[in-house]
Amino acid sequence: MAIGKKPIVVEQIRKTRMAEFLSKGRRLSGRGLLDYRPIKIETGLIEKASGSAKVSIGNTQVIAGVKVEMGTPFPDTPDQGLLIVNTEVLPISSRNAEPGPPSEDAIELARVVDRGIRESKMIDLKKLCLLPGKKVLAVFIDVSVLDIDGNLFDTISYACTAALATAKIRKYDVANEEVKATEEMVPLPIRTTPISVTMARIEDVLIVDPDLEEEALMDARLTLASDHDDNICAGQKGCPGGFTVEQIMQARDTALVKGKENRDLLKREIGLA
Amino acid sequence: MTTLINEQGLRVDGRRFDQLRPFKLEVGVLRNADGSAYIEMGKNKIMAAVYGPKEVHPKHQTLPDRCLLRCRYHMSPFSVDTRKNPAPSRREIEISKILREALEPALILGDYPRTAIDVYLEVLQSDGGSRCAGLTAAALALADAGINMRDLVVACAAGKLGGQIVLDLSDVEDKEGDADLPVAIMPNLNQVTLLQLDGMMTGEEFKTAFEMALQGCKTLYDAQKATLISKYFGKAEPPQQEVQEGPEE
Repeated sequence: MAIGKKPIVVEQIRKTRMAEFLSKGRRLSGRGLLDYRPIKIETGLIEKASGSAKVSIGNTQVIAGVKVEMGTPFPDTPDQGLLIVNTEVLPISSRNAEPGPPSEDAIELARVVDRGIRESKMIDLKKLCLLPGKKVLAVFIDVSVLDIDGNLFDTISYACTAALATAKIRKYDVANEEVKATEEMVPLPIRTTPISVTMARIEDVLIVDPDLEEEALMDARLTLASDHDDNICAGQKGCPGGFTVEQIMQARDTALVKGKENRDLLKREIGLA
Repeated sequence: MTTLINEQGLRVDGRRFDQLRPFKLEVGVLRNADGSAYIEMGKNKIMAAVYGPKEVHPKHQTLPDRCLLRCRYHMSPFSVDTRKNPAPSRREIEISKILREALEPALILGDYPRTAIDVYLEVLQSDGGSRCAGLTAAALALADAGINMRDLVVACAAGKLGGQIVLDLSDVEDKEGDADLPVAIMPNLNQVTLLQLDGMMTGEEFKTAFEMALQGCKTLYDAQKATLISKYFGKAEPPQQEVQEGPEE
């Protein structure tokens, strides 16, 4: 995915070579078609945030921070807390990223990740309600993108999941329409661990975890997120190209298999397994 | 108000009045940036990146005889106790300006006419004195990018807590103390490139605080140089003549 207006230029000779490699089931980087780059997860590095995680997939690096504030519920969901995912593609992350309000790419990223968390019901939003219709907790997840080398969707998704799963928030007591913050720190009401898997189609080949060069050459992209019961809970197809029906089914199977692998890895890294 | 200095003369975090917080410097931490650096100063965690010299956009900003230097200081929403709106605040815009002006004298911008250099500072966690820590990291990132420089720039603040002049204020000390004096200097050229004062000091106190800040800068300057040497020449301190030849990329 190109961040900003300028697409990444790849030489014709690299394109030809990549197509040649892919047709033999190999990638230029030496990875197999369904191999992720090394995934590194570090949590709790921002002491001022309720939860935080720095995740890198290969050279792509992002940091997510969780902040919890008191808020007013939406009129149509008076008994539910709020969940807000925001992504900033920082200008430090790439020479094509420009400072300013979030670009359309950054907004798509945040919304796809938001969907994975929201629709998997990772957080029990009803447990974040303090006074129905009046006071609820608002969970802000802000992601800062530090370095881009492809597959921001999964890197951001894992950072958000890890930051939420390790977050500790103040416990609130409610009595006689009064909300009182206590000294006790409790985890967020977590129910599952959503994991996204992003796949790219280049010619007729599906690969997972595309790097920057592969993203520049991909014809189409598909992100599918699943929960721990192998339900698929969010999806987004991107880029001008399409997928055949068979490719979508193949992608579904891959998303579940790789999703389980990455979920196990993430849980191990943050000490939940 | 909490007691900022106890009977033993120690500060909230146990430091003496003239002691810096523990710090850590790294260079070359980002792959895409032409130069990058990371600093931890107390609980401050700041990433600095440099892009350039590069083409100027928008074009009308181009300078015919030298390089256009731009600087952006930005705080991540999770960097402070209460979530910060990600849009740039007036404070961030002012800091961006003074940081640019503090870095500019160190750069030989005439070497790169009709180009731009962007310096980006991202505060991942803020703990008082982030502009100084950010500046120290920005100078390292510029050196890491191989920009021609006259000297490094290094910054440190001193301040006043109930009549006592102290070095390198933390977040609590900055908020509850009486004065804050951030200073940046190019030590080899003996040029002060940033000075702000926020609070009341007598002439004598100002002198003491200023000198104390310069002492802090000196310690950080040595650390900056050691960081660059260890990045480009490996762990061991190289013989002097090898330093002058410059790194082989």
